[in-house]
Amino acid sequence: MNGSAWQDRLFRWGNAIFLVILAAGMLFPFLYIFSVSFTTFDEFLKSDFLLWPKKWVPDAYLFIFHSRSFLRSLWMTVYLTVAGTAVNLIFTSTMAFGLSRNIYGGRAITFMVLFTMLFSAGMIPTYLMVKMTGLLDSIWALILPAAIAPFNLIVIRQFFQNIPGELYEASVMDGANDLTIFRKIILPLSKPALAAFSLFYAVGHWNTYFAGILYLNDPKMWPIQVILRQIVVLSDPKNALGAVEQVLLDVQPPPETIQMAAILVATLPILIVYPFLQKHFAKGVLIGSIKG
Amino acid sequence: MTELSPPAAMAEAPSTASRWRKARRKAWRDRFLYLLVLPGLAYFIVYRIAPMLGMVIAFQDYSPFLGFTGSEWVGFKHFATLFDSAEVVRVLWNTLYLSFLQILFSFPAPILLALLLNEVRHQAFKRLIQSIVYLPHFLSWVIVVGISMIFLRTHGFINGFLHTAFGMEKPIDFLIDPVFFRPLLILQVIWKEIGWGTIIFLAALAGIGPELYEAAIVDGAGRWRRMWHITLPGLRTTIVILLILRLGQVLDSGFEQIFLMLNSFNSSIGNVLDIYVYTKGIMQSDYSFATAVGLFKGVVGLILVLGANRLAKRFGEEGVY
Repeated sequence: MNGSAWQDRLFRWGNAIFLVILAAGMLFPFLYIFSVSFTTFDEFLKSDFLLWPKKWVPDAYLFIFHSRSFLRSLWMTVYLTVAGTAVNLIFTSTMAFGLSRNIYGGRAITFMVLFTMLFSAGMIPTYLMVKMTGLLDSIWALILPAAIAPFNLIVIRQFFQNIPGELYEASVMDGANDLTIFRKIILPLSKPALAAFSLFYAVGHWNTYFAGILYLNDPKMWPIQVILRQIVVLSDPKNALGAVEQVLLDVQPPPETIQMAAILVATLPILIVYPFLQKHFAKGVLIGSIKG
Repeated sequence: MTELSPPAAMAEAPSTASRWRKARRKAWRDRFLYLLVLPGLAYFIVYRIAPMLGMVIAFQDYSPFLGFTGSEWVGFKHFATLFDSAEVVRVLWNTLYLSFLQILFSFPAPILLALLLNEVRHQAFKRLIQSIVYLPHFLSWVIVVGISMIFLRTHGFINGFLHTAFGMEKPIDFLIDPVFFRPLLILQVIWKEIGWGTIIFLAALAGIGPELYEAAIVDGAGRWRRMWHITLPGLRTTIVILLILRLGQVLDSGFEQIFLMLNSFNSSIGNVLDIYVYTKGIMQSDYSFATAVGLFKGVVGLILVLGANRLAKRFGEEGVY
């Protein structure tokens, strides 16, 4: 008995230490990138292993925030995220409500939605369709072809179906039509759920990069992730950021610190919404896992 | 319509007619619901279903100038090329090998983490760990790959550390040497998704009755026996369902991630099906051939999900559908 209690304690401590190391492995990259992004040019050149700079300077941040293409891509991404999420929310909630009621053809439409989750046309036919609908080289190419995520639609439909039927019948008695019921009863009741899904959609738009490469030829329209790819992954900050006026800085910061600053700026919005996301997501994922 | 019915059907006509009228009345009553469904339905038809029909160009020599109707029909020509080409065999091998590794390592990782998290008694500590490990799921692939590059490049963190701590002279070419390519892809997926993946398993674990564990403890079962005889059977359905869904994606190998990790040194092993479709279809504008590859991929994926689902049902599991 004594031996097994000892083993038990050993396991608990080992487990706790392992979990702390794992969590540190997820946080450490950000701490490292954060601290190094403030290094001075001299210190960066001199040391080949840097953890905590002696002197902190915001040069890298000044540099990227003086780059027109960086600011433009930030603005593009904000626009994409706001407009895209609005489209997602409108398309998904209206369709989910219609399908949550018992209408003729509703089953067939739901089946079609489920089928698109199992089989998709793939990159080329979708690309041709985007081209044919005239969206190529427009920010709407990143919005309309992604207007509804089938999984979210199914989950929200399920959510609407779980709203008690009495509410609905009472309003019908009062002479309300389906549009009024949707606007005045269903939407206010589903605010928390819809807020959660907007956050998910918004994060998706903020993280978009490949659709940008695929559909947008003009670098002026590129969202932040495409620019970030050019700065960090292709290691070409000079080209990605364009000419930056050197009024504020005597020396241009090293490309490495520019890369780190850019990564942190692009990550910050996610970190800001993360606490709100966290409040909702466990619930959302679980509603979805219940078989429909 | 009823007026035109032949006399023989007259006996039935009233009931059919009244049913028809009733249906029309219901459809009219639901007109606003149809109105609400319309935008979403239009979206699905235009951007999801129409492109599926557009896959007919796999059987044509499609040219954007001639269109779907004007392009020449070539039957199974592109599929013949597809199954004949040594390059496609190579691409398929790359894709399947990578998927196999992902299922072997990245798939069970969240299950293990969920089991470990489940053993934590201290709730605040558990929640703290959870909020940290869920975070990377929400980062873009550009950021994840960017971070790995900052850490792994020649003058990056890891090589700097090895040099400073162990006096290693020659830096390791993590990003260039193809040996590291697949392990890196797997590590990135685990780093990004291990925490998020636990949610569904933790929920399944919470559903296992505590009385089962209490009874097992009374019977003298140790930690491992409890895990083997209670915990794992309790997770079986969830694991089977997720494995079915994962099998359906065996030909998807994480396009966004690989696209970022690809360089001229690893392109021979990094050329997976989706990358091949992109290169052929978009870079070389060989629309028809690339669509044929995509169609092949989609059909195989569909067959795999449906097949795995049926198999799971035969073995007494619930399945997805």
